[in-house]
Amino acid sequence: MAAPRPRSDLRAETTAARLAALELPQGGFTAPARADALARLQAMGLPTRRDEYWKYTDPTTLTAADASPAAVLVDAEPPVFGAIDRLKIVFVDGVFDAAASDDLSLEGLEISRLADAGDIHWAQGLYGTLEAQGQIPVARPLAALNSAAATDGVLIRVTGRVSKPVELIYRHMSEASDAILHHLVKIDPQADVTILESGPGAARFNTAMEVDLGAKASFHHIRVQGSDHHRRAVTHVFARIASEATFKSFTLTMNGALTRNEAVLDIVGDHATAHVAGAAVGDAKSVPFHQDDTVFVTHAGTHCESRQVFKKVLKNGATGVFQGKILVKPGAQKTDGYQISQALLLDGDSQFLAKPELEIYADDVKCSHGSTSGAIDDTALFYLRSRGVPLAEAQALLVLSFLGDAIAEIEDAGIAGAITDRLEAWLARRL
Amino acid sequence: MLEIKNLHVKLEEEDKVILKGVDLTVEAGKVHAIMGPNGSGKSTLSYVLSGRGGYEVTEGSATLDGAELLDMEPEERAAAGLFLAFQYPVEIPGVGNMTFLRTAVNAQRKARGEPEVSAAEFLKLVRAQAKLLNIDAEMLKRPVNVGFSGGEKKRNEILQMAMLEPRMCILDETDSGLDVDAMRLVADGVNALRDGKRGFLVITHYQRLLDHIKPDVVHIMADGRIVKTGGPELALEVEENGYTDILAEVQ
Repeated sequence: MAAPRPRSDLRAETTAARLAALELPQGGFTAPARADALARLQAMGLPTRRDEYWKYTDPTTLTAADASPAAVLVDAEPPVFGAIDRLKIVFVDGVFDAAASDDLSLEGLEISRLADAGDIHWAQGLYGTLEAQGQIPVARPLAALNSAAATDGVLIRVTGRVSKPVELIYRHMSEASDAILHHLVKIDPQADVTILESGPGAARFNTAMEVDLGAKASFHHIRVQGSDHHRRAVTHVFARIASEATFKSFTLTMNGALTRNEAVLDIVGDHATAHVAGAAVGDAKSVPFHQDDTVFVTHAGTHCESRQVFKKVLKNGATGVFQGKILVKPGAQKTDGYQISQALLLDGDSQFLAKPELEIYADDVKCSHGSTSGAIDDTALFYLRSRGVPLAEAQALLVLSFLGDAIAEIEDAGIAGAITDRLEAWLARRL
Repeated sequence: MLEIKNLHVKLEEEDKVILKGVDLTVEAGKVHAIMGPNGSGKSTLSYVLSGRGGYEVTEGSATLDGAELLDMEPEERAAAGLFLAFQYPVEIPGVGNMTFLRTAVNAQRKARGEPEVSAAEFLKLVRAQAKLLNIDAEMLKRPVNVGFSGGEKKRNEILQMAMLEPRMCILDETDSGLDVDAMRLVADGVNALRDGKRGFLVITHYQRLLDHIKPDVVHIMADGRIVKTGGPELALEVEENGYTDILAEVQ
């Protein structure tokens, strides 16, 4: 009998095989940052199920040399943000599509494409920087892989108030596509921007967005991940939040064989606000559904407020994961941290795995967290039906009611309405 | 209109028989009251008629205008014209009261093959009804029953009843938790719906609600059966002497 292979070998082999399958971009202003990221990745290796933060989510398909194919969903629905006036930037299987995109000039914004950007001073200082800082204390090897290997992305500098949102549209056209995109968003003090993201992106999609908020800056982020059933995605949002700045991010996940959304928020200034929310709905009847939100919020400033609101609706053996942490550093007094993660299990086969964590090193703070999972309330269901609402419609109303707290985190009523419409359509098909 | 014959009901999960042969007929346009001590089966009767889960009908029937209710889903019973005003109205966070009402009204209309009410028309109707029940616009916008006081919840039940225009209304201890003023408001709402065609079954512990909603017939329920039936004077008798005398008399 052969001796079992040492674990470290497996990790190193996986990492080497993944890197061998990639053509790492060379040259340009990101070259030093990419070299650093590659060194970080090689030092830590790609994740395995034995890693503490990958215990609930098997990373194998995300770390494999080749992407598993994913059928392209023929989506009969109109674009989710179609009714909203916005600047569109389109990527097809991870490649920028200039013809399908709008003109990239808009007052208050400077937009460049990562793949052909010249030496942009501000971007040089940001690319890979927040990702590198976000590796401590928890390693995020797929983010390091992203910084090292991203082939495209957008660099957005926000210098003022922007009149309309910018939408990053990720089309998935090829069944075997494997895409890595890296975006930078730098928001000057008091500037304000809304970034929308939609679409599956590719059969396997790895994204990272580094967001640097200046004092009193605002960042609103609303994302709808593509509903192609077999797609796999790992996303990362790294944010550095200065004094009195506001960061708000919401993600809707519908379908997808595997989704891992990581948010690493560093509140470095005082009186700042950071909210991150998500609504996920999955039915694993014919294709698996596994959705994981992994969030790490660090409070370093005083008088700051953070909220994590995550809701998942799971059906037919779907799995939801939430790993959320609030770290309050010494001196971060008057912190107000809140975290809630809840799952609605529509049958006995589905499961919700939650790991809420608080780590507090300041004595004058308010932090609370909660996590629940349960079924639809029979009494409420009967109440609705007794008023004549048919079973499926009553269930859909109660599911929307359950998701309401997460959707309420979206400030713009028009965008929240677009999200609700999309959810209603999904529920009408599923319940 | 509502005909209950020899209705036997047990709990689904355990061998506990609750209704032991209820016979009751409510004619169109009449108000029947059911009184009875705790545990006599009054609320169970209302739940079984409206189709709540957890009960098993072992014998008997209950028809509304000739159609067997017990074979229908709760929403079908509602569309057939049955309405239950809950003793404990349910809070539904995240669903606006107005959305809920319109969804219910249109679902019933759809089930009956009637056209849906437009949003504008609906708003007009709701506002008019809400005004009668002293329900303000803010309450209509709030999530269903969330943060409502006991009186507001009961008024909201009556508002739903008025909007849904049922053929047969069951009121399950609608007076519980109400002060005198709130009870009058609720009773006025119910009385406004007495149009000579609609039937009412008013379940209550106390006679005081029946001062405001005058019944045509009063039934006393005990141990899963109707044990005595009479006119409004029967309610007064209960109020004065309690149930003990009546129960001793029928045994």
